[in-house]
Amino acid sequence: MSARVTFATARRVLEQIRHDPRTIALLLVVPALLLVLLRYVFDGRESVFQTIGAPLCGLFPFIVMFLVTSITMLRERTTGTLERLMTLPLAKLDLLGGYAIAFGLLAAAQAVVVCVVGFVFLGLDAPHGAWLVAVLAILNALLGMALGLFVSAFAETEFQAVQFMPALIFPQLLLCGLFVARDDMASVLYAISWVLPLTYAYDALARATSIEPLGARIAIDVLVVIGCTLAALALGAVTLRRRTA
Amino acid sequence: MAIQVEDLRVVRGGNEVLHGVSLEVANGSVTGLLGPSGCGKSTLMRSIVGVQIVAGGTVTVLGLPAGSAALRRRIGYVTQAPSVYGDLTVLENLRYFARVVDVGRDRVAEVLESVALSRFASRLTSSLSGGERARVSLASALLGSPELLVLDEPTVGLDPVLRTELWGLFHELAGDGATLLVSSHVMDEAGECDQLLLMRDGALLRHSTPDELRRSTGQDDLSKAFLAVIEASEHDR
Repeated sequence: MSARVTFATARRVLEQIRHDPRTIALLLVVPALLLVLLRYVFDGRESVFQTIGAPLCGLFPFIVMFLVTSITMLRERTTGTLERLMTLPLAKLDLLGGYAIAFGLLAAAQAVVVCVVGFVFLGLDAPHGAWLVAVLAILNALLGMALGLFVSAFAETEFQAVQFMPALIFPQLLLCGLFVARDDMASVLYAISWVLPLTYAYDALARATSIEPLGARIAIDVLVVIGCTLAALALGAVTLRRRTA
Repeated sequence: MAIQVEDLRVVRGGNEVLHGVSLEVANGSVTGLLGPSGCGKSTLMRSIVGVQIVAGGTVTVLGLPAGSAALRRRIGYVTQAPSVYGDLTVLENLRYFARVVDVGRDRVAEVLESVALSRFASRLTSSLSGGERARVSLASALLGSPELLVLDEPTVGLDPVLRTELWGLFHELAGDGATLLVSSHVMDEAGECDQLLLMRDGALLRHSTPDELRRSTGQDDLSKAFLAVIEASEHDR
């Protein structure tokens, strides 16, 4: 692995995105607009907006980076650039690291915008600091990126890649506790929710945006999220084959 | 020998597409790999650069087993479909690959010049014509001054002047000591090569120089000579 190649890859991914200003605008504006929408959906019910909207600030980057990364990686596979890279002195970790840096930076920008809109303009509370939500958002974005990299190996077309979002992300959103407390779900679903990474991502965000003391549980949540990210990256590295049929 | 292939067999999608191919490519030569599309040229090239899963046989490249990590700095590979980033400019593409193979900006400028792309440097790659994109792909492979260049149909869709220029470039590179394996399905390019490998249906029919081929078949036109080789091989069957 080489820092030169890793940073070159990060720079290349960012340059690709820079040539697509519409995507940048969508990435930065859409989560904030959705939050505004949610604010007025729950007009006059501040406590509901607080319990759903505040953690959501840290979940948007997860969803978006999952999609963006799986499409970017799929393109890399289908246009033959991945095959070229695999014949060059580039370690798989250089490629994955480069993606992580590029999408991490993009996620940071997205998190800052959505947190400023949510916590400054829309009056959401972050008793432990909005910065904590932003940091969790970046970690979640990296989790989304790692999962996106991994599943891109199972998609042959962009249509398929897009479908992985409702297939893999929606169930996690429904079961993570954001909309309904996990204790209130059917016991089977409650049991399943324990093995889904987003459950821990949400739990950390819920704690970061509640007035209760943070406790040790948030540290466990963060470790699980990081662990799942590394595991997904390792699985993603396995799908990057130097030799193919 | 730059390339030694022995009894190479490749199975793709349940079908054997290379049936025990053996060949050698000498150092510092321009070798043409010719045959109709679908005959296994690309699969053979993929096996040589080490990205193809092979079912049997050995492929030795620059003295090492194909696909060895140490070869990644020494081989340049250009796929048939241009494998560059359409959403980057020509210069951004080349600078990225230059960083990967660790060469400087002056080398990027030099390579751009050699494939006649300097004036397209700041153009978005996706806005270029097919032939121009193919040259960006070729330029990316030249950056690291590889000892072996494996080029899959690099001249398809180019105008005749440019095509002649590129063949000139290939010979220049060979003159500097590089070995080039260049595939084509157009026989009129065969005359540009030092050595010819004629392929059909996943098998190597003939390895000779253009002159030998003309002499042995009694045909001046290399397309007709290839046809004569095919007829002879069918007759032998």
